[in-house]
Amino acid sequence: MNVPSTILALLEPEPSHGYELKHEYDHYFAVSGRPLSFGHLYGTLSRLERDGQISVLGAEPGEGPDRKRYVITPAGVSQVEQWLAEPESPQPMLQATLYVKVVLALLSGRPAAEQLEAQRQAHLDRMHELTVMRKAGPLDRTLLADYGLFHLEADLRWIDLTVSRLEQLRKEIVR
Amino acid sequence: MSLLVADTLTKSFGSTPALRGASLTVERGEIVAVMGPSGSGKSTLLHCLAGIFTPESGEVWFDGARVDTRGDRERTALRRTAFGFVFQFGQLVPELSAVDNIALPLLLDGVRRRTAYARAGEWFARLGLDGLEGRRMGELSGGQAQRVAVGRALVTKPAVLFADEPTGALDSLTGENVMDLLVETVRAEGATVLIVTHDARVAAHADRRVTVSDGKVVTGVRV
Repeated sequence: MNVPSTILALLEPEPSHGYELKHEYDHYFAVSGRPLSFGHLYGTLSRLERDGQISVLGAEPGEGPDRKRYVITPAGVSQVEQWLAEPESPQPMLQATLYVKVVLALLSGRPAAEQLEAQRQAHLDRMHELTVMRKAGPLDRTLLADYGLFHLEADLRWIDLTVSRLEQLRKEIVR
Repeated sequence: MSLLVADTLTKSFGSTPALRGASLTVERGEIVAVMGPSGSGKSTLLHCLAGIFTPESGEVWFDGARVDTRGDRERTALRRTAFGFVFQFGQLVPELSAVDNIALPLLLDGVRRRTAYARAGEWFARLGLDGLEGRRMGELSGGQAQRVAVGRALVTKPAVLFADEPTGALDSLTGENVMDLLVETVRAEGATVLIVTHDARVAAHADRRVTVSDGKVVTGVRV
């Protein structure tokens, strides 16, 4: 899970406070029960600010990080663009990241179907490489390749199913 | 010059459009997989490229010559001499033996009986079917029958092999074995292959994969 890019993407639609970002992050991505800690969040925000990907729009009276309101910078938007567009390196159990990317693409009005198609092509290319490896043998390599092929095949089924449900998903999650 | 070209094909069945401007180019010696969900038009595209269907508009080219403008008889001759076919079911004659089935395209092409059976017999070792020459189709397993179908499709040394869900009726291991055999054999024969499949494991054997969606070829990635 790429927390900095996720935070950036959540910040893209409008400026936000840290506690709002945490709330939104937990709402969408902490379904499995691992909420984002404030320490992790403010450490991440501080690094994003240092790297010029976000800036502080203003601070309300008082002290503490919760008073700051953050806004994404053009460099931050580029980072989000690049991260969302770049297919994940196919590997077993990457569905969680794919899921996050689909949700964020829908929330930001980006073409989630194109993103999933790019991922599908990346998976098919990797399956081709593994098929070549499988044929070359010996059997232990063939079995290793088969292990990868079956996992990628399962991912592809998920991708195909998700593509067919994108519109429904968009209606349910976009407020 | 590309071996096979489909240029902006349209084709409907009644009021249902199957192809809406599909274009695809296949180079000599390439193995191309055409993927897509059921009803996307992928099989119709194969049938148009193979001269089985005539598109309503657009052009089909094979080896530098138009295919879609030719008459039925010419297209039938082209299919018999230049193309081979492997389908999921049904192209083998159940009443005939395995060797009869492989020899059949040669006999239909006017090859002398003895020569046809000698050439058909040579395929059994390559297909891993030694000793099964006299078996009828019902006496063979699904995988063995598909191997016979591969032999029958390639015995005439076609320039192009068209395969539509060639392993669709087989379990995954048998399907892999048939695909391994098919790819190995077509490489040795120098044939060009167009495989229609919804199965990513089958498509992974191809040099290139394209996706058909709503009657159009929407993606193609060269490797």
